[in-house]
Amino acid sequence: MKLASVFIANRGEIAVRINRACRKLGLRVVQAASAADMDSLAARLADAVVEIGAPPAAKSYLDIAAVVEAARRSACDAVHPGYGFLAENADFADAVVAAGMAFIGPDGDAIRLLGDKVEARRVAQTAGVPVVPGSDGRIADLAEAAAVAEEIGYPVMIKAAAGGGGRGIRIAHDAQEFARFFPQASNEAQASFGDGGLYVEKVIERARHVEVQILGDGERFVHCFERECSLQRRRQKVWEEAPAYELDPDVRQALCDSAVALAAEVHYRGAGTVEYLYDAISRAFYFIEVNTRIQVEHPVTEMVTGIDLVETMIRIAGGEPLAVTQDTVELHGHAIECRINAEDPTRNFMPGPGTISALEVPDDPEIRFDTLLYDGYTIPPFYDSLLGKLIVHGSDRADCLARLRRALKRFRIEGVPTTLALHRALADDPDVIAGNVDTRFLEPWIEQHFAQPKPQQEV
Amino acid sequence: MSKLEVLSPLPGTFYRRPSPEDPPFKSDGDAVAVGDVVGLVEVMKNFQEVVAEVAGSDIAFKVDDGEAIMAGQVIAELDA
Repeated sequence: MKLASVFIANRGEIAVRINRACRKLGLRVVQAASAADMDSLAARLADAVVEIGAPPAAKSYLDIAAVVEAARRSACDAVHPGYGFLAENADFADAVVAAGMAFIGPDGDAIRLLGDKVEARRVAQTAGVPVVPGSDGRIADLAEAAAVAEEIGYPVMIKAAAGGGGRGIRIAHDAQEFARFFPQASNEAQASFGDGGLYVEKVIERARHVEVQILGDGERFVHCFERECSLQRRRQKVWEEAPAYELDPDVRQALCDSAVALAAEVHYRGAGTVEYLYDAISRAFYFIEVNTRIQVEHPVTEMVTGIDLVETMIRIAGGEPLAVTQDTVELHGHAIECRINAEDPTRNFMPGPGTISALEVPDDPEIRFDTLLYDGYTIPPFYDSLLGKLIVHGSDRADCLARLRRALKRFRIEGVPTTLALHRALADDPDVIAGNVDTRFLEPWIEQHFAQPKPQQEV
Repeated sequence: MSKLEVLSPLPGTFYRRPSPEDPPFKSDGDAVAVGDVVGLVEVMKNFQEVVAEVAGSDIAFKVDDGEAIMAGQVIAELDA
């Protein structure tokens, strides 16, 4: 189906980003907006705006029936779900197609399959993608479990099969601990979840978060290299880079090839991300999950490859074959993205909605700022606190960091608290500069640098 | 009998229960002591408790679960 119009079923900076890709393709844009977003930048940039419900997301952006009905009535050919909200909701994807429109992303069945952790792990294994070593499903017998633990190597995690959110997890450092913890964990799981089933998994002690961008049209699949997203707070990415730092070429090749193999295994259609844990000590990577949407941090990949990912996913949804071939995807330099949130890092990241009284974005061809802001905009309290993403490109990582420091110095947002100070401090930090970080780096670092007001330094 | 008001300190989305599976903090008709939690306000995915600054009886909620509210809006009334 040749697309002529797109319904944007999202808000904020990603709605603005999708709008830009639609303009490039000459498509008419209809923007979904809650009652609180009728004055948003995305609404102002659209050809038409449809109010889909009350401000709380449950009554607007998460209301499948309301969104599909608004898209259908606006006579759009396709729906772009952005990220978050309904972007990885298989029922939503099915409902869009059932209403006669294209869903810009993989079909509902692929979303369902890859959204199920156990199924996704199975698919990854079938495609030859390494998964975190562990027992093959649940394991009941202590002797059998101890043999598995011995084989994968200590330390290991003993996890409740019925658990979740970190509950029912014990870490055993050796066989003695394992023999002691295993029955305890089983009893506890039985008491907590009514199911004493356990499984065993290797502990990756200094894990980095590395992810590979993939594109597929159902028949052709390419990767657009990887991103490094190890700087996280409460499992939320704060700062992302492309490519990952200090990845040996052979590891990069194997990592990216494995993501393509996974994409091919499920005949992937659209833009997606395969996430991995990377153990810098052993140089091993392990599959975590697949995200079947465009990601917040996609711009760093665009900056280093020159590929417009949002444009490409729209073209794929319109039935065009994937134009990019693997041999034409090249890495150029380095890119870093800082997520600028309306949060106060000195007050435990307390969010603060409000009105923008001043906005100064440095003008530099190597800088991109994806944002929902305009001068005088009042940020509603109902949604996440992301104000925008500062993305900086450099000829290499050192050049990129230098440009980033300059950009952060000249960046000004007033009227709401922001995390700019956090990014300025990170950009100056020796460990960040050296790439000496893992997924557990940022939280204690914040405790040290931001939790308490800094005492005056005596010279 | 005079009415006392419980106001929202913040703008956002108001919730009457700690999570969708839990019972409400307070039901219409309950008594409220100073310091009691009567609800939550979600501000940019951050949940803040709404704490009663006055004591009273027979609470009557003026805002539904999951409704948008403004800072200073009356969430509930109490009998003094």
